[in-house]
Amino acid sequence: MGTSENIIELKHITRTYEDGFSAVEDFNLEVKRGEFVTFLGPSGCGKTTTLRMIAGFDIPTSGEILLNGKPITNLPPNKRPINTVFQRYALFPHMNIFENIAFGLKQKKTPKDVIEKKVKKVLALVDLEGFENRSVSTLSGGQQQRIAIARALVNEPEILLLDEPLGALDLKMRKEMQIELKAMHDELGITFIYVTHDQEEALTMSDKIVVMSEGKMQQIGTPEDIYNEPKNAFVADFIGESNIFNGIMTGKLKARFCGGEFECVDDIEQGTHITAVVRPEDVELTPPGQGIISGVVDSVIFKGMHYEITVVSGKNEMVIQSVKSAAPGERVGMKVDPQNIHIMIAEDHTNIFSADINQDFHLEYNGHILDTSVTKIIKGSRRTEDGTLLDAHGEVIDPKKTKIMVSIQPSDIHMTDNMEEGIVQGYISNLIYKGDHYSYVIHTDLEQDFIVNDEYLWNMDDQVGLLMPVDKMKFALKR
Amino acid sequence: MRKFSFSRKSLGVPYALFLFVFVIAPLLVLFYYAFTDGQGQFTIANLTGFFTNPNTLGTLCYSFALAIVTTAVCLLLAYPIAYILAFSNIKSKSVILMLFVMPMWINFSLRITALKEVLTVLEGNLAMHPFLNAVIGMTYDFLPFMILPIYTTISRLDKALREAAMDLGANEFETFLKITLPLSVPGIISGVSMVFLPAMTNYVVLDMLYNSTYIMGSLIGSYFAAYNWHGGSMIALILLGIICLFTLLTGGSEEENTRGGALL
Repeated sequence: MGTSENIIELKHITRTYEDGFSAVEDFNLEVKRGEFVTFLGPSGCGKTTTLRMIAGFDIPTSGEILLNGKPITNLPPNKRPINTVFQRYALFPHMNIFENIAFGLKQKKTPKDVIEKKVKKVLALVDLEGFENRSVSTLSGGQQQRIAIARALVNEPEILLLDEPLGALDLKMRKEMQIELKAMHDELGITFIYVTHDQEEALTMSDKIVVMSEGKMQQIGTPEDIYNEPKNAFVADFIGESNIFNGIMTGKLKARFCGGEFECVDDIEQGTHITAVVRPEDVELTPPGQGIISGVVDSVIFKGMHYEITVVSGKNEMVIQSVKSAAPGERVGMKVDPQNIHIMIAEDHTNIFSADINQDFHLEYNGHILDTSVTKIIKGSRRTEDGTLLDAHGEVIDPKKTKIMVSIQPSDIHMTDNMEEGIVQGYISNLIYKGDHYSYVIHTDLEQDFIVNDEYLWNMDDQVGLLMPVDKMKFALKR
Repeated sequence: MRKFSFSRKSLGVPYALFLFVFVIAPLLVLFYYAFTDGQGQFTIANLTGFFTNPNTLGTLCYSFALAIVTTAVCLLLAYPIAYILAFSNIKSKSVILMLFVMPMWINFSLRITALKEVLTVLEGNLAMHPFLNAVIGMTYDFLPFMILPIYTTISRLDKALREAAMDLGANEFETFLKITLPLSVPGIISGVSMVFLPAMTNYVVLDMLYNSTYIMGSLIGSYFAAYNWHGGSMIALILLGIICLFTLLTGGSEEENTRGGALL
């Protein structure tokens, strides 16, 4: 550890707030000199908190941060050779562009002529020559962003931190700045640590992506690794659009998911519970009956380059990107090339299913109301007096367009002979003895497989109802 | 206020009437008396009289000094209070702020009478320290007007600006000097104008503290008490001019600062 290659190392970093909420938990990371590393995750995943701890604005509750092998965990921000580009730029409104950029250099008591030279040079780098005497308020968002980058870069930091710097720009501007930032990184050789929730941005620019969720690192790897070989269902769902199914290996190079048996290239032992990921662009539409599975077209959206077609097969949904259109209501077949099915051994056998929000803002699955409050599930959301649901940013949430992902552990589901009692019904399609309990696969009437752990022996093909206590469920908003 | 459907113009009528009866008409009367003599003839003798009389000029300077000292003391007290309140993490922030503002809810003459008793205990004869007592009384009276605008301005400052300064190598004190202080100038200006202007003209506080010194307010009062309406009107008019000038000066720079502040 502590090799000269690593410019910064985070060791077992945890940040817990007074109310017991952990923003970051046992986070470990090594960044090599000159790398472009991106922290990627949904809001509230701890990526900004991690960045702030590297900058010095936040102090870890436990753990250590090493810069060039030396601990800097408790060093104030002004003593670190690290500069930040802030989310909303944070340019000083009472100073002109020159004064803004020169701020850091003046702080270091740099001679005046050197400051002038450096400011000129960095303004040329961000393509804003001659802007020295302009006031901040006369600049557009994109220009302010460039000045914010220039103000950080002029200090020649060892590490440049960028906290969602392109979030406030429009799409076209954002694309341009992505390319420019990448070019700047290649030119300057400074280590960039970038925070974003935009997976495309992360894939475009990074050498290495750190996918985060709920304060924990989910996966770290090159953009190709993360896209092609997602380590778990969260990463697969977050990076690009994905169809994700729970399933089971039914034979050599054969997997059963989404109500069909697919051939695959991952050699995993028969009977293993798996998560299968299929990218929408990899699903091929066929005439009905000629595919591996079939379904009914639910919706077709024109996306410019392609059509996005949602096909419902049983209770499963498959999103497909196709250059050819289809008509809603049409019966179609679907097949996937074995190369394009990514199979992961389900590390935990968490059952995931999606529930709807009904008109009364209750969660509904298979016609059963799940007794919980929608405002508790969607962070920061609230109901207004006239009954509409607003999210944390005050935007209206349409219950019809919103789905909630529900996850529940196999040991929290119970089977019952009394079919009517269960939330969902099905038959036992597979069982394995696991030493101290049996692991069952229940193939439900909704064409979805549930994994249930039970210490008692049931028989293959037994018809059962599944009981799922609401207090054992975890909820997440489906994006 | 909710929008009313009937014409907005009709709403303005009572207000315009009020303006005319209570603002414009008295001003015209003031002008008339200031520039006429006892016989109703036009004269500028009242004006020249004011600037040649060492007593009136002295009172003007004294009022000025009193207002400036009061404003300065208020500012020196209020800024740290506002700063600490705006940046502290305490949950009872609003309660503490309320404690500073609460004296405003208590009857003015009761407050000053109480202060008088306290000062008498401390100083003995109040007449010995007229200037000090006036400053103490007015500071006590006007402090909330200084705290509130400064507190509002500081608490609205983007935290990222201070973080940016520290990120660029400034320590806490330099960050205050280069970022927080300059950006809180709009609050300081509105606080100063809210304290300086009343401090210039207020004489009730002084009167109630048994203060024998004349300031502008009491000077005007004495002219009218002596039935010299013309001289009194002129002094009132001159004071009005000074205040207008002051407001224009601070108002101009305030506008400039809020333009910068709007960016935050």
